[in-house]
Amino acid sequence: MQPSISRLKLFQPSSLDEALALLRDEGPLVPMAGCTDLYVALNFGTLTDTRFLDLWRLDALRRIEARDGALSIGALATHADLIRSALVRRRLPMLAAAAREIGGVQIQNRGTLGGNVANASPAGDTLPVLAAADATVVLRSAGATRRVPFTEFSTGYRQTVRRPDELIVAFEIPPVRGRQAFRKVGTRAAQAISKVVMAVVSGDSPRIAVGSVAPTVVRARRTEAALASGASIDAAQRILIEEIAPIDDIRSTADYRRRVVANLLARLTSGASG
Amino acid sequence: MRLTINGVRRRIEAHPMKRLLDVLREDCALTGTKEGCGEGECGACTVLIDGVPINSCLVPAAHADGTRVTTIEGLGGRHPLQRAFVAYGGAQCGICTPGMILAAVALGPKPTLDEIKVGLAGNLCRCTGYSAIYRSIRQA
Ligand SMILES: Cc1cc2nc3c(=O)[nH]c(=O)nc-3n(C[C@H](O)[C@H](O)[C@H](O)COP(=O)(O)OP(=O)(O)OC[C@H]3O[C@@H](n4cnc5c(N)ncnc54)[C@H](O)[C@@H]3O)c2cc1C
Ligand code: FES
Ligand code: FES
Repeated sequence: MQPSISRLKLFQPSSLDEALALLRDEGPLVPMAGCTDLYVALNFGTLTDTRFLDLWRLDALRRIEARDGALSIGALATHADLIRSALVRRRLPMLAAAAREIGGVQIQNRGTLGGNVANASPAGDTLPVLAAADATVVLRSAGATRRVPFTEFSTGYRQTVRRPDELIVAFEIPPVRGRQAFRKVGTRAAQAISKVVMAVVSGDSPRIAVGSVAPTVVRARRTEAALASGASIDAAQRILIEEIAPIDDIRSTADYRRRVVANLLARLTSGASG
Repeated sequence: MRLTINGVRRRIEAHPMKRLLDVLREDCALTGTKEGCGEGECGACTVLIDGVPINSCLVPAAHADGTRVTTIEGLGGRHPLQRAFVAYGGAQCGICTPGMILAAVALGPKPTLDEIKVGLAGNLCRCTGYSAIYRSIRQA
């Protein structure tokens, strides 16, 4: 049963400009995209907000295109859009791989990339991919456009630098050189104890991002530097384990995660599909 | 809001944030769509919007405005998938069945076993152990 909704107010803009003006004049409003996170909270009665801004009709935010050499993905692109997009599959196959592992098809058909990122859950599957791809988050308000490096977007557990009058409108991803790999270990239901998500770009300038082991996604810069200067995989694994500091809720859990992360690094850099 | 449900055009007065699931069951008296978990995990509430499977417990009425919605009632009772589910034991208690069948409809004719497994990954069944469901879809 859905708790009483009569007290809720939904603003339904028909353009991005109108949406941004509403955020400025009527805020604070909670943006609403595919609702696969919001409606779980609403149905459970844990959502205390009462004023919402519907983004779903803003088709301009759904575009996936190559622009000035970068891949630009609109915030409203769904996981199904990412899986289907030839451009994403060619330029950022690790993002298509991550999208394929999100929920079932019903969730993929509604859940959006912008919602996954704005939600800033440490277990968000697309987050390590965007971190490893050196993505930029494009934020718009009625007055201005702001670009924030993805690794600076989330500042803590479910915390981001987005201001209340801003929307995420797109993600920009420069060309990625090297082989890409993505792997998720553990189920979502079990995420509290065992999930690890990892995205790796191997080649001359290796990039490694790990999710679900800390309040935000971790870019393993020291491990990357070690690999770039020719360190052995054993040495890289030791550095990575130190670097990620898994959430240490239960001792054995942290140990388990360190082992998983080390194994994943070896597999994803060796070209095995994981 | 205006939408087409199972081929019939309708005008419905509903709060824009009411769940599509409740619009169908309460405002349209289409109770074939079931609520299992109410949190997107089980797929019992699956319906098609413009041919695409979604969880109607997570879709606000506002997002169904202007669309074509297909529920289990829209298949009419003699659809090949419905007959196969009966013939091959794909339904036991029946709670998951409408959602299973609509997710299968979205796969088109003659899906492979892999396509069925991916397409139905978001639909849970407590009774059949799934193999009877996969068999029903392959035989439809
Ligand atoms: C059964 C189930 C399984 C799931 N499985 C996974 C999984 O395996 N992996 C995973 O990562 N996630 C999973 N999720 C979570 C969810 O589906 C994803 O996080 C999804 O990408 C959220 O997108 P949305 O458009 O539905 O977000 P919404 O629910 O619409 O919004 C989520 C949050 O983001 C904000 N927001 C949305 N868009 C914007 C924007 N453009 N600008 C600013 N703020 C915005 C909203 O205000 C809200 O706070 C699952 C959810 C369910 C119910
Ligand atoms: S009732 Fe909607 S997914 Fe379970
Ligand atoms: S038949 Fe009972 S849940 Fe599937």
